[in-house]
Parts: sequence; structure tokens; C-alpha cells
Amino acid sequence: MGSQWLQYVASGLTAGAIYALVALGFSIIYNASQAINFAQGEFVMIGGMTAVTLVGAGTPLAVAVPLAVLAAVAVGLLLEKVAIEPARKADTVTLIIITIGASLLLRGLAQLVWDKRVHSLPAFSGDRPLQLMGATVLPQSLWVLVGAALAVAGLSWFFGRTLFGKAMLATSYNPLAARLVGINTRTVLFVSFGLAAGLGALGGVLIAPIAFTSYDSGIMLGLKGFAAAMLGGLGSFGGAVLGGLLLGLAEGLGAGFVSSAYKDAIAFVIILAVLFFMPGGLLGARRSDRV
Amino acid sequence: MAHVEATVSRPAGLRLRQWAASPRGGGLLALAVVIALLPLVLGNNYFYEIAILVALNAIVCVGLNLLIGYAGQISLGHAGFFALGGYGSAILSGSHGWPTWLAMPSSCAAVGVLAFVVGRPTLRLKGHYLAMATLGLGIIISIVLSTEDRITGGPDGMPVPPLALFGWSLRGEHTWYWIAGAGLLLAVWLALNLIESPVGRALRALHGSEIAAETVGIASARYKLKVFVLSAVFAAVAGALTAHYAGFITPSKASFMHSVELVIMVVFGGMASVFGAVVGAAILTTLPQLLTVLKDYEMMVFGAVLIATMVFFPQGVVPTLGRWLRRGSR
Repeated sequence: MGSQWLQYVASGLTAGAIYALVALGFSIIYNASQAINFAQGEFVMIGGMTAVTLVGAGTPLAVAVPLAVLAAVAVGLLLEKVAIEPARKADTVTLIIITIGASLLLRGLAQLVWDKRVHSLPAFSGDRPLQLMGATVLPQSLWVLVGAALAVAGLSWFFGRTLFGKAMLATSYNPLAARLVGINTRTVLFVSFGLAAGLGALGGVLIAPIAFTSYDSGIMLGLKGFAAAMLGGLGSFGGAVLGGLLLGLAEGLGAGFVSSAYKDAIAFVIILAVLFFMPGGLLGARRSDRV
Repeated sequence: MAHVEATVSRPAGLRLRQWAASPRGGGLLALAVVIALLPLVLGNNYFYEIAILVALNAIVCVGLNLLIGYAGQISLGHAGFFALGGYGSAILSGSHGWPTWLAMPSSCAAVGVLAFVVGRPTLRLKGHYLAMATLGLGIIISIVLSTEDRITGGPDGMPVPPLALFGWSLRGEHTWYWIAGAGLLLAVWLALNLIESPVGRALRALHGSEIAAETVGIASARYKLKVFVLSAVFAAVAGALTAHYAGFITPSKASFMHSVELVIMVVFGGMASVFGAVVGAAILTTLPQLLTVLKDYEMMVFGAVLIATMVFFPQGVVPTLGRWLRRGSR
């Protein structure tokens, strides 16, 4: 019984770490523009698919992974320049609809560039499972957890210690005041898309050996990352990590003990529950504006 | 006050002519004429089929357009309401033997109640929380429909009995063309009346400035909720009609992608334009049917159309063209 618990917790945390990376991307873009970027899941897919292609072409993994992340960053920056920047002054609904269009466009392109089949990346350090207090853990799970932890550490250094990171935080608190002290909020939005794309792609590369990847694998990962961001509190970085891990755990335990058919529904039940009972999320703003 | 009395004392013929010349009456009349004359050019059943799909999708879009264009909220779960309307009617009439004329309204009313339950707490929050709530709800509906296979037939879908009225079973493309056409006219008429009603005026005030509207006593959350429930019921009615027409329904009708397609139709045609919604539904329903060669590019084209519309014609195609025409005639 105990080992069974541990098993579900391990698989839950692995998925949760990926949701956390995706959720961080949602929060970064939300902070810069108040918009929800529905193309976030597509960055995850681009990361995974690019890595699969590069490795398939004989590139060593240590080179393929950073290249895949950079490819997604380039797509993210391009997307901001081409589609978001021209509509910068539009209202939030317009921006949200543009990102939905972008997600369709990227998915459609991926279907042409690659194919409709499901691909898999070889595990970073073998497939032999490790025994951990009676539970079987894939070595890739450790890669996922460590990779996500490093990304979060890097991000907190960026936001806490660098001038540009602080400028991004300032923009999220009050865009007008940020502009008054000389912060270029357009650059902040531009960089936000690159950063969010990079985080999503890292998640996509790390999870590709376990969960497979295909042109449409970004939809569910993106939506679940969004649920995680809502749970933690949209715009809160700590909340995104916490929300991601909690959502992963809820899914792992829910699939194990309640119903595996409804595993995918858990994230969306959480979205509704958060909206009904604590719209600020766990670590979000305490005041939620009621009309 | 004087204005009202003047309108009332005018003879009926003049009032009718004025009504037909107004954008509201004129547009409705034009739509009726199009629906009446379209069969002259519809060559075979295949074209009838497309026309029926257009009209049924347009009913959803007219409702969704009220929500997006007038209440300023987006729903990413309207496909869920659409599918629930269809499944509800199919299960009540098919599995429980209810007459279809009773099953359909019951199922649509239930969808309205569901929309009310979800909309009430979320629309009280400032911001775009309705989008998230409907997104979650839509996906839950889609998962439940595919999983509860003993009731819904699972991923393979379930058969739907034909619509029957006074013992007549309604079948065939020609009959359904007139049902769908009449349904669309009714939906457009209701939407136009709503926009001109106190609710519509309140909504337009909200769009201008929510704070100003609240100051003069408009309960914004209540009006948004009304429009949301109405738009969900429109979707459910269209979903039920589509299910009875096709004789079959699958969970793909509830998919997130279908919800997104409905939003694209509204946005492309024109937010805050009832006829824009109809045109958007017509163009984006017909194109994929005619360009089956482009099947592999469909998603990409939809995405590009959506981005381009939002960047270049944020008002949508119909209102933008309307403005150009008016400027040209001056």
C-alpha cells in the first residue's frame, strides 16, 4: 500500500514539474500583458518535436536539447513581433483571441513540417527503472525534476538579481509607473514571450521520453499548465510552481485511487473550483476584484 | 416623450415602411429574402446540406456574438453547450422514449440552467474569468460524453431519432432547409430585439464604461449573466437541431477545437454585429466543405485567418466593409 502511494506520488510529481514550467510561462506573459497565451502548449510541442528531429538526425542529446529550446524561443519572439506587437493597444479579449489563432497556426505548421504521428525521444540516461522505497522510478523522472528545479532557480535569480528581471517585475505591478521610470514595456513583453517559450520547450524536451510527443501534444499540456497557473494564482511565480506540483499530485493520486478515465478532467474541475471559491488562487492576489 | 407619442400616432403602413428601412428591419428582411431565394441556386442535396449546416452554425454564432460583442466576454466552451443540447435531446427521446418536441426544449432548458450555475459566480469577477470557466466546463463535458459510454455510446457516438411533430417525422434535406432557415430568422429577430431592449442598451453602456454604467445603476453582472445564459441556450437549440437532422451525434461536437471554431466565426464576421455573425458562420462553414483539397492546411488557414482578422480588422469583416461602403457613398 505504502509503495503504491509512493508510486502515484512519483509519477504525479514528474507530470507536476512539467505543468509548473508551463504555468510559469502563462504567468510571465500574463504579468506583461494581462493576456492568457493559449499558444503556450505549442511551445512545449515545438521543443519536444525539434529535439526528436535533431536527435533523429544524429545530433548528440547535449546539443539537441539547448537547440530545441532556442528554436522555441525564436518562435516565441517571432510570434510576439508578428502577431502581438501590432495589436498591442487592443483590449485583452483581442489578445487572447490572437493567441488562440497562433496556437492553431503553429499546430497546423507542425503538422506540415513534421507529420501526424507520435514520436518519442530516447531517455537521457537509459530506461532501467530505479527502485526507490518500493516504488519504481524512471531515471527520466529525475531528469524532469532536476531540470525543472534548475529552471525555477535560474528564473528566481533572473527576477531577483538582474536589472531586466526587476524591470519585468515592475511592469507586472504597474505598467504605467514602470514606463515613467524609463522601463521599455514593449521590450518587456517581447522578452516575456521568449522566456515563456523557452520554459515551455524545456518542459517539452524533458517529458518527451516519457509522454511521447506529436503535433497536437501541446493542447492538453498547455491547458493543464493553465489550470496549474490558475490554481497557484495567475501571475504568481511561486504559485505557478506550487500549482503545477499540486495538480500533478492530484492527477497521479486521482488516476490511481479514483478513476483513470477521469484523470484528464481533474485539471478542469480544479479550474472551476478555483474560480468559484478562491478566484485569486493559492498564492495570487488576496483581493479579487468583484464587480 | 414627444418622440414616443409621434411614433405611436403614425399610420401602420408608414411604420412598416420605416421598419423595413431601418438597419434592424431591413437586415431581417434581406436575410428572409436570401433564405427564401437560396433554393433556386442550390443544385443538389449536397448544397442543401451545407446550407443547413450554415444556418445551424449561424444560430450558435448569433448567440455567441451577443456574448462576445455586447457583453465583452468570451466563451471557450460553447461547443459543450451545443453537444449537451444534442445529447440531452437524443438520450431523452432515444433511450427514454420522450417525444422529441418535449425532449428538445427540456434538454435546452437544462443547458440554460447549467450555464446559469457556472456563469453566476464567475461573471461577478472582474476580468476574463468566464473564458476560463467555460474552457474548463467544455472540456469536462467532452470527457464525460466520451467516458460514460453506457449512456452516450462513448467515443463512437449514438444514434438520434428524427424530429417528430404532430405524428409527422421530419426528414429530408428540403424539409430541414426550411426548419433551419426559420430557426435562424427567429434567432436573428430575437437577438436584434434584445440589442434594442433595455438589456441591450445596458450592455452597450457597459461596453462604453463599466464604472459609468454602474454609477447610473446598471447591474452589470446580472446583464452579462442573462446574455451568457441566452447564448448557451441558442447553442443548445442549434446542437439539438443538428443532432436530430444528422441522426447521429459524437463527442467531437463538444471538443475544444469546435468551441474555438465557433469563436473564430463570430470574430471573423464581426463582433457586435448580428449579421456579421451570420456571414462569419456562412463563410467559415462553407470554405472547408468546398476546399476539401486543403484538408491538411485547414488548421493553419483558420489560425492565420484569426490572427489576420484581429490585427487588420479588429471589428470583423462585416462592420469594416460596412464602414468602407458608407465612407465611399459620402
